[in-house]
Amino acid sequence: MRRPADTAPLPDRAKMAAVAGAPLERLRACPHCDALHVLPDLGPRERASCSRCHALLVAPRSRALSRIIALALTALILMAAAVMMPFLDLTEAGMHSRASVMDAVMAFSRGAMAPLSIAVGALIVVIPALRLALVLYVLAPMLGGGAPWPRAGQAFRLANALKPWSMAEIFMIGVAVALVKVAGLASVTPGPAFWAFCGLVLVTVLHDNVMDNESIWQAIETREKAARGEGDGKTDPLAAPPRGVRA
Amino acid sequence: MTVTARQAGLVACTRCGRVWPADVHTCARCGAPLSSRDPGALQRVWAWWIAGLVVYIPANVYPMLITRTLNYSSEATILGGVIELLSHGDVLVALVVFVASILIPVGKFIAIGFLALSVEKRRWMSEHGQHRLHAVVEFIGRWSMIDVFVVAILASLVRFDAVATINPGIAAVSFALSVAFTMLAAQSFDPRTIWDD
Repeated sequence: MRRPADTAPLPDRAKMAAVAGAPLERLRACPHCDALHVLPDLGPRERASCSRCHALLVAPRSRALSRIIALALTALILMAAAVMMPFLDLTEAGMHSRASVMDAVMAFSRGAMAPLSIAVGALIVVIPALRLALVLYVLAPMLGGGAPWPRAGQAFRLANALKPWSMAEIFMIGVAVALVKVAGLASVTPGPAFWAFCGLVLVTVLHDNVMDNESIWQAIETREKAARGEGDGKTDPLAAPPRGVRA
Repeated sequence: MTVTARQAGLVACTRCGRVWPADVHTCARCGAPLSSRDPGALQRVWAWWIAGLVVYIPANVYPMLITRTLNYSSEATILGGVIELLSHGDVLVALVVFVASILIPVGKFIAIGFLALSVEKRRWMSEHGQHRLHAVVEFIGRWSMIDVFVVAILASLVRFDAVATINPGIAAVSFALSVAFTMLAAQSFDPRTIWDD
């Protein structure tokens, strides 16, 4: 593992000795290429990436817990607004047609294509919302320094597995393409849900950006241990006081 | 030289990165099942790859969109939709749809097939090249779903009863399945095997 600030990489023999001498809980393997690293102590905004395949491995952020929770909550509220409010309004020669996000989901509901409606509903509403809810379930109980709720690890693992299937941002690009296609046919007015969905995409990007999996896994591990009366809670990155700026 | 978890006699969790002695079967930190190298990975890659290819054919043959107005009715396939956009002069949007619906899916079939063969038979590209290719496929594959969402929006929005309606075609189902299957193929691939020798 290397920090961008480090210019000279460790010599190979020194690296092997460091790996051999480190306790198991300080070792991490790159999930992409299996290269073994000793976990470095990183401050907020420092990053460590794999020395072989350069995949980003650790990127802790200051006040990560409260920021992720705030962003996930905001995104969930925007999702609720996006589902309930009018999305797009089409006008042509005195005729009106409007569609909500749910109408778009139900576009395939007639006939043999019904399963696709379920899939679209899952990809643009259910999975993004479920992922945010799982993140809240894992992190919210830990906000005041407390222990995570039962099965937090499973919940967080599921949240990560759902990430590629959460397609809200892809849906918005699809909406943009559809608007261009319709532009010649009629005039379209975006409704409040349209802007809520745009906001949701932005907030989700910020949310994913602040989220550092390694810090969260460490916090879950040490706090579960502490709740069982083992360990000293020293390796809890989310419990560290914010460095740098003081309010 | 890099030491891998496997060379050190350890097994790494691909979900959370934690490392365990080789005889541990479940990651105690995140609960994921552990395997040093997934022996069934390539078989699953090929299974999803073939399934994806099979459903990609009807996705291109059958109509994606069925447009009905008072005096005419037209059916557009994926490629037909791109050509229609081009003929209206919407070059940028035509390009977006072309890249998302044709270039990415076809490129993905080639890339995943290439990676699987490359790991089995060995070496047409550097490890770094293969690693980058896999990362790109994993990142970009989901964006093919754009066209399905375009159809969903158009079909729900353009409903002027008798005057003009747009209905989804059956190709939307097979195209969505094809995108999902190739995403699963890319996810089944064990990128750690790229670096083994």
